[in-house]
Amino acid sequence: MTRKSRRLVLIASAIAVIGVAVGLVLFALRGNVSFFYSPTEFAEKAPAPGTRLSVGGLVKEGSVSKGADKTITFTVTDTNKDVRVTYTGLLPDLFREGQGVVTAGVVGSDGWFRADSVLAKHDEKYMPREVADALKKQGVWNEGEKK
Amino acid sequence: MIVEIGHYALILSLALSLMLGVVPLVGAVRHDAALIAVARPAAVAQFALIALAFAALTYAHVVSDFSVVNVIENSHSAKPMIYKISGVWGNHEGSMLLWVLILAVFGAAVAVWPPAMPRDLRALVIAVQSWIAVAFLSFILLTSNPFARAGLPPIEGNDLNPILQDPGLAIHPPLLYIGYVGFSIAFSFAAAALINGRIDAAWARFIRPWVLIAWVFLTLGIAMGSYWAYYTLGWGGFWFWDPVENASLMPWLAGTALVHSAAVMEKREALKVWTIFLAILSFSLSLLGTFLVRSGVLTSVHAFATDPARGVYILAILVFFIGGSLALFAMRAGELKRGGIFAPISREGALVLNNLLLTTSTATVFVGTLYPLALEAFNGSKITVGAPFYNYTFVPLFVPIFIAMPIGQMLAWKRGDLVGATQRLVFAFVCGLIATAIFAWWHGAPVLSIAMAGLSVYLMIGSFADIFGRVFGRGVSVGVALRRAFGLPLSAWGTAIAHAGIGVSLLGVAATGWGVERIVTMHSGDSYQVGPYSLSVEAVMPRKGPNYSEVVAIINVKRGENLVAHIEPSKRFFQTRRMNTTEAGIVTLGFGQVYVNLAEEMKEGAIDARLYWKPLVSLIWLGALVMALGGCLSVFDRRLRVGVAARARNAIPANAQPAE
Repeated sequence: MTRKSRRLVLIASAIAVIGVAVGLVLFALRGNVSFFYSPTEFAEKAPAPGTRLSVGGLVKEGSVSKGADKTITFTVTDTNKDVRVTYTGLLPDLFREGQGVVTAGVVGSDGWFRADSVLAKHDEKYMPREVADALKKQGVWNEGEKK
Repeated sequence: MIVEIGHYALILSLALSLMLGVVPLVGAVRHDAALIAVARPAAVAQFALIALAFAALTYAHVVSDFSVVNVIENSHSAKPMIYKISGVWGNHEGSMLLWVLILAVFGAAVAVWPPAMPRDLRALVIAVQSWIAVAFLSFILLTSNPFARAGLPPIEGNDLNPILQDPGLAIHPPLLYIGYVGFSIAFSFAAAALINGRIDAAWARFIRPWVLIAWVFLTLGIAMGSYWAYYTLGWGGFWFWDPVENASLMPWLAGTALVHSAAVMEKREALKVWTIFLAILSFSLSLLGTFLVRSGVLTSVHAFATDPARGVYILAILVFFIGGSLALFAMRAGELKRGGIFAPISREGALVLNNLLLTTSTATVFVGTLYPLALEAFNGSKITVGAPFYNYTFVPLFVPIFIAMPIGQMLAWKRGDLVGATQRLVFAFVCGLIATAIFAWWHGAPVLSIAMAGLSVYLMIGSFADIFGRVFGRGVSVGVALRRAFGLPLSAWGTAIAHAGIGVSLLGVAATGWGVERIVTMHSGDSYQVGPYSLSVEAVMPRKGPNYSEVVAIINVKRGENLVAHIEPSKRFFQTRRMNTTEAGIVTLGFGQVYVNLAEEMKEGAIDARLYWKPLVSLIWLGALVMALGGCLSVFDRRLRVGVAARARNAIPANAQPAE
């Protein structure tokens, strides 16, 4: 094999591997990323039932209720609009009413958001950035108060 | 006073670094021995000054000097001593100081490194290293001064974030930083080689130990971080594809590629341009990781504080070093002489395939990590790229790596025999198939776990096939075989062991599919079955700790009627920060673990909990230890000690290839 044909083999295999990788990335980006909506965006964009999403905001005061078999329902709000959420499982340590939360799940046909994961903020200084941004839009976030 | 001495030492080290970045560079260009001679002692002095600054900050934390802002914000007088010390780097300012301390350690190590290397190369490496030091020292002094005093010192500090009050904090950041910053040496060597235009096999032999050291520490740092997240976050997962984890994975992947391409360059003088590029890429990705974590563009436990000025400053450093080195690369790459030639089916060819797959998988992680940031900057939509994305992109790229690894080891340099290599792996294939059958019978579904377990066994055995072939032969006595085994170069053992380590980790990952998870409400006296073990709850009660109060469940772990272990998972409340943490109760039984995690407060003597049985899970991290052991063995390979190699070359006729 000449130097030229060897280089051809190298370049062809590089193009093949990179081509496969680009294909995989494009395929994965189509089906496996989820958008983050604030409750206001959730109301405006009205995602179709079955859509995978993250919804973040504050847990509305007095909205948390615990049903049978560890099913919990609560309302996520940005003070403008609300989203009702159901979740089955254990809540994270820092989940409290009035605190920031990000839930990920699927939009149900009955208007409820069925969360399969609930993330609460890590400590008193930290608010999920998406939540902070969403709250800033509604003017309920005071810079410097929590940050 | 001591704090001011630390601050002053840091400023002095910046001045010294500025000098050190210029003088040896001029010396190397003008071939001025006097200017070049400055590099070595000055690099050691730079290390001494930064070490003094670090010691001063450590002192302030140890004696709880609450007139220093950094101590007020991150310490508390009641905090145990280990967290007072590790708390030094458990915050933004201190962690950056640790970063430059390690940078200076590496700079000084190059200065005192015994192997004879060209004086101007050493001076250039130290000079480039100093440029990095200048960038980060000025970053610390201008935007994140750890020595700032408070106007009105309070009586008590704010305490360290309770999530960080863990032995993991003492180990994980230093290991990870040694790994990250270790690649700065490879970068400095690459820049130095581009400046003086001499890039040859000797150069590859100089950088290999440094790359291996960085790789070993990064491997350990990532594994430690993964284990820490596993036991402290309470979700029982070991890898979350969190952007911050990806930030450490990317330099690891690029560094792994670099270890392999440097081997090709050292042996065969091929892949020169590519190796230089990988050296630049590995450190660039380390810098990118530092930027992502420290700038506040991502939210995570690692983002201690967000200040826009810091993000912009690190971004500027990033642009300067990546842009500068790539410009230098573009200018010089064309002048490099072409290296040795090889057939596509050969050891070199296999290592090229390895590099191709590793860099491509790095690119997919890069896309997954930065695409959400780019999209948000572009049109404001916020998206999350989670595990499914990586399962569809990263995993398919890694399966061919696993399959090809043992085959590549069996191929000869220059021109290999694929059929012969595969034939010699028949034993490993068969073992893999038998293991698949055994796991299918033992654990059953999911199919993916069974297939991965079979692949991992093939990998573990196949990694040693090459050594086995070299040690044993028809009619070789045990004594001869042992002598041969000890006679093999350490790097051959290192390769086999590191590759087998990947197989060990893969088996641990495969076994996660066979785990058992239960969510229960525990009362004292209850008993639950998870996997082969039963957990009986002796008591659920409150308890006091040094700077926290907790609710603890006392649980006996039994197999049948025999008591095998005792665990105390708890939920802690830290008064100073008004914050909860979860201390999972974990016991390792065989290679598997029983993992109990409490949720929420106790009500009427009952508490919700997650119970897990995770078979073989500890192999995930043990595999990383095995990989690191392999890396260490390679570092100590005789051939990498340059003086020895030079003497050996002189002893044999010129142009002879060193025997493998």
